[in-house]
Amino acid sequence: MIVARLTTALVAGLIFGLGLVISGMSNPAKVIGFLNLAGDWDPTLLLVMGGALVVTIPGFQLLKKRARPLFAERFEFPTRKDLDPRLMVGAALFGLGWGIAGFCPGPAIAALATARLDVALFVGAMIAGGVVHRIIFSPRSPDA
Amino acid sequence: MENFTPVTGLIGGLLIGLAATLLLAGSGRIAGISGIAGGLLARVPGDNAWRFLFLLGLVLGAGIYQLLTAGPLEVDIDVSWPLLITAGFLVGFGTRLGGGCTSGHGVCGIARLSARSIVATLIFIGVAMATTFVLRQLL
Repeated sequence: MIVARLTTALVAGLIFGLGLVISGMSNPAKVIGFLNLAGDWDPTLLLVMGGALVVTIPGFQLLKKRARPLFAERFEFPTRKDLDPRLMVGAALFGLGWGIAGFCPGPAIAALATARLDVALFVGAMIAGGVVHRIIFSPRSPDA
Repeated sequence: MENFTPVTGLIGGLLIGLAATLLLAGSGRIAGISGIAGGLLARVPGDNAWRFLFLLGLVLGAGIYQLLTAGPLEVDIDVSWPLLITAGFLVGFGTRLGGGCTSGHGVCGIARLSARSIVATLIFIGVAMATTFVLRQLL
């Protein structure tokens, strides 16, 4: 079961990465084209999100009804429901960084395939941000 | 809207949705990139290999695309290195504090109809749009 679980992770990551680059989201200029409403607006990101949700909304609802996943003991769904300040401040800080560079975590990591120094610098700074968060708020904050 | 690429955008989006559904169906995990990467920093025994393999898959997927299209991926960054590094730090810190990014909140959280994720997504898209406006239209 461990082999099936690890294979699932690798294959899912690979399909996810392909989706990011095919959609153009691995290019910060494309993302900025969406975020810059006052510029030559490019709504592509909406279709990327829409295309993903068309699959995940029915897919997740169907999976929620199952007792357990195929290769693991249980579903690891986030359990928190409260709208706390950390959620909102964190989302705002992320939005600030995303708006500056046009990179969010998935596209930035996928773009490491270019072996470019500027991409590596962004990812390195991202990891540093995660480390600093961990130092301040250890042990860990709950996921989405 | 001359840069609008609806067909490749939709195909890419469907693949992202398929990948997130596959990870949940097989491993029971949410495909949130910042959460998967952030979990590596926690170094919980037995919880690292799948995270590493998923992230490796992201890079491999992009690498395969580069091989098929016989060229480097288009990555156009229009800010200076100091700004780029600042942005990276904010993205890393903010996504951990807020418990997710575009994939975890935006794709998976909305699919679970999570109020937290819907609020977070509205905030980070709103702030990113405002930031872009200030940086690229006003300054």
